[in-house]
Amino acid sequence: MSDIRLLWRKFLNVVMLTLTGVAAFAVVSVLFLILGYLIWNGGKSLNWDFFTQLPKPVGETGGGMANAIVGSLKLLALAALIGLPVGLMSGVYLAEFGGSTFSFVTRYTTDLLNGVPSIVMGIFAYSLLVLPVKHFSALAGGTALGVMVIPITVRATEEFLRAVPGNMREGAMALGASKWRTIATVILPAASGGIITGMLLSLARVAGETAPLLFTAFSNRYWSPGLNQPIASLPVMIYTYAIAPYDDWHRQAWAAGLVLLALVLIANLGCRLVLNRRGAYRSV
Amino acid sequence: MASAAQGKDLAVKLAPKVRTAELPSKAHSEEGAVRFEIANLDFFYGPKQAVFGLNLKIPRNKVTALIGPSGCGKSTFLRTLNRMNETIRNTKVGGQILLDGQDILQIDVVKLRRRVGMVFQRPNPFPKSIYDNVAYGLRINGYQGRLDELVEHSLRRAALWDEVKDYLQKSAFALSGGQQQRLCIARALAVDPEVLLLDEPCSALDPVTTAKIEELMFQLKDSCTMAIVTHNMQQAARASDFTAFMLDGKLIEHSETPKLFTTPKDARTEAYITGRFG
Repeated sequence: MSDIRLLWRKFLNVVMLTLTGVAAFAVVSVLFLILGYLIWNGGKSLNWDFFTQLPKPVGETGGGMANAIVGSLKLLALAALIGLPVGLMSGVYLAEFGGSTFSFVTRYTTDLLNGVPSIVMGIFAYSLLVLPVKHFSALAGGTALGVMVIPITVRATEEFLRAVPGNMREGAMALGASKWRTIATVILPAASGGIITGMLLSLARVAGETAPLLFTAFSNRYWSPGLNQPIASLPVMIYTYAIAPYDDWHRQAWAAGLVLLALVLIANLGCRLVLNRRGAYRSV
Repeated sequence: MASAAQGKDLAVKLAPKVRTAELPSKAHSEEGAVRFEIANLDFFYGPKQAVFGLNLKIPRNKVTALIGPSGCGKSTFLRTLNRMNETIRNTKVGGQILLDGQDILQIDVVKLRRRVGMVFQRPNPFPKSIYDNVAYGLRINGYQGRLDELVEHSLRRAALWDEVKDYLQKSAFALSGGQQQRLCIARALAVDPEVLLLDEPCSALDPVTTAKIEELMFQLKDSCTMAIVTHNMQQAARASDFTAFMLDGKLIEHSETPKLFTTPKDARTEAYITGRFG
């Protein structure tokens, strides 16, 4: 009897382990399937023209998305400029000066902000920066993305600052450093690796956002100088090209998808590389 | 003319002698001088009182050891001396602490902490190079002079120079625990403090390194007043000139170290140093 129970338990163990393994494999294979499909389809359509040429008018084949690549980079730079400083500062506030009701409210609001659907961010930027001036602009798109960057940056900053040992703070204060000096010269450098990674993740996330750009940055088939005009971006181009009835456009949408992914990956890897080089100074 | 030159010669000849003759006498005159004078010190963490009406004089250029069981308030007391407890929320301090006759609350906290350095229980180097760790205090105080020299001097004073002189740009985290603690001492010494507070500086270190740090304290006595919190009574007996015994936030007994360890006046002191509690 007990032998049967033992066998049953062993059997159950094997079954459950197999199930978790299969689930894990499914996750990985989905990712690689997407990646493989993207590389297969996008790679075929990638050529030098894609990076250097403007989109061709309907009916003509060829052309590229140079303006959308530059547009995406511009929008991301704007988002970084708007979102990262605010996110970093409030993260510092929450970690170093928090503890009051106000910081509780801030933390909670940040989480809510993180959950706001991206299209709502788009409407927000639309009503704030598009309606009053009655035209789409890079500025509006960058603002929408920038607001989305804030919550992730705040929480990453707060968490990594909290992970810095408290005795490091005391060490600096005991040498006569003011609180701000301590944070700027000891605590932030100690947490910089994590914070920069968090910032990059937040930028990577909004790099692929389409919804908040549809009615803020809109799109543009030409170069968009300055910040006050509609601007093309890779996600919106993918959207436009993918639902269009032309094979050549589908081809280019795949290529755009691949380029977008590559941009995010390169930024990520580059950042890791830089961090690793300075990694020797980090405590954890 | 000739007499003036002669006088100058004389002065040059005499100068070194005068200086050497002056130094011991100066030190002697300061022997009884008090660096810190603490009167009726109370300390509260919120509603909980941690230090009760403490009176103590910490003599100049001597080592004063604070002993007592865990939680008796010795670290709390030590941290009031450079106002480190102010960084903790919801604390309150009563009574008076005089540093060279001046109320420490009247001294700008930045200046106070430059004059009263601190070494913590666990080595806490900054995530910077060895050099930058030592230079940190100088830089934040806007020191513009020759950093290299002062860094070397401080590392020498902390008996660490020979071990790290070829790796100054390496991360401080690459050092061993004992080296890190000596680096923290060098960092504190770099701003040339008058007082060094040591909060159980050896509790995380092995006996060999502990001996090095005690040796270091002995050498620093020329230029620095020290107060050390320790759980190690042998250490208090070896390394200090005066010992204060605390219990439940009160100062029970304070006297010269040999006296306190051989002929304690209070029964509780005797019980503690003979290992009957704590």
